[in-house]
Amino acid sequence: MKMESIDMIKVNYIKSMLAKNMREDSRGMFDFRNMRITPGTMGNAEGSAQVELGRTKVLAGVKIALEAPMTDTPDQGNMTVAAELLPLAHSKYESGPPTPEAIELSRVTDRGIRAGSCIDLKSLFIEEGKAWGVYIDVYVLNYGGNLFDACEIAAMSALLNSTMPTYEDGKVIHENRKNRLKIDNIVTSTTFAKIGGSILLDPSLDEEIASDARLTVTNDGSSIRSMQKGLRGSFYQKEIEELVGISFNKHVELKSLIEKRV
Amino acid sequence: MKSNKPELIVNNKRLDGRNFDELRPLSIKAGVIDNASGSAYVEWGNNKIIAAVYGPKEAMPKHMMDPSKAIIKCRYAMSPFSNLSEHGRSGPSRRSTEISKVIKEVFENVVFLNEFPGSEIDIFVEVLQGDGGTRAAGITAASVAMASAGIPMRDLVYAVSVGRIDDKLALDLNMIEDNYSDSDMPIAVAPRDGEILLLQMDGGLSREQLSRGISMVLSAGKDISKKQIDALKENYDSISKKYES
Repeated sequence: MKMESIDMIKVNYIKSMLAKNMREDSRGMFDFRNMRITPGTMGNAEGSAQVELGRTKVLAGVKIALEAPMTDTPDQGNMTVAAELLPLAHSKYESGPPTPEAIELSRVTDRGIRAGSCIDLKSLFIEEGKAWGVYIDVYVLNYGGNLFDACEIAAMSALLNSTMPTYEDGKVIHENRKNRLKIDNIVTSTTFAKIGGSILLDPSLDEEIASDARLTVTNDGSSIRSMQKGLRGSFYQKEIEELVGISFNKHVELKSLIEKRV
Repeated sequence: MKSNKPELIVNNKRLDGRNFDELRPLSIKAGVIDNASGSAYVEWGNNKIIAAVYGPKEAMPKHMMDPSKAIIKCRYAMSPFSNLSEHGRSGPSRRSTEISKVIKEVFENVVFLNEFPGSEIDIFVEVLQGDGGTRAAGITAASVAMASAGIPMRDLVYAVSVGRIDDKLALDLNMIEDNYSDSDMPIAVAPRDGEILLLQMDGGLSREQLSRGISMVLSAGKDISKKQIDALKENYDSISKKYES
């Protein structure tokens, strides 16, 4: 993507700071910005959560619908995570079909939750030919860098906030929600940016503009669940191994933050 | 992961008789599309993939043009008949859009884009038949296509995937292994000093398995790179023969 002249100035500034081992907001290299999770903001949804990470703001909503199970998995329900870059979230986002950036964000957010087996899909089975489908939609409301972690954590928090509609005499009653959606596993996400020779966690918007490479790692405390390297830069094996280690350390604090807000 | 997982490991060998660190048979031929600036055809196991490169040429549409360097566009697509199961939908899917993006980023890293200001380089990866690991095979093919187009690069990239089947790591998963594996991790490498340009992964891996998996990919590089270089040499030989006679 072409760089605006104002971006060049910011990139030079970010790089000159990093040369002195500093970040624009005086964070440590592997510190997250302040993260605020607010679950249950949308009453009509089966579950929801808003996540603020620095200036980034995303909202995840969960809808649970009755549907036919997939033919290759007739004894379980289904789930889908999608993320959307709303045109109001930044001047560079436009209406229209999703861009490759939006599709990547969406699929990486889905992959973490899916590979983490977070939802007990068997518990979504109702009777032959009927199962619950869980739809997690993450809306990006303000783009301030590091959407990958904000979206994953919002999706996870919204799932933990979700209650099941009831199914009686062949009908779904959304007004009557009793049981919680059964969650088997909690994954958390950590995204690193490489700028010149420096690597840092949770890039801000300006740091993302300056980034050469990006690495997103999700884990559940015992296993790595998904990874995605992005942008044109590269990582060495040793760097990846170190960042995965940091990702495991961060899981502890992120998980307790998510659980505290359930 | 689908249910009804079949036995993927029998007598400590994989279903197709391979060892865990063994690649499927790989053959590469450069110069297969006359109209393209460069091209390559790869058969890797049952994968059959054509990659072609056009350009550098004037960047279109104009607003995408970068006066300081070339831009790269990439289309990765699977043919509607590429799969054993049903008739596939043609046109870009969300999956193919993501793969196109990550392939594009691999080549943005290695191509000397500054050599061609204001221009674009198109990479087309068409999966004619798919059998697991198509993005890795596509990158390996596109790299040869790019080199045969004479476009300067700082390294000849290769890619291959590594996955986990039960507690075993296995190199270069085929379709059945991919469908039922516990984890899959395609990796693209600039082999000169082992830089990792593409890395995706899902499923579950321990830290130790991750390290071992990356190492398996790095050591498989020698064989893949040799096939790429041989294909390029053969292509040059056949071109020079054509002009000698």
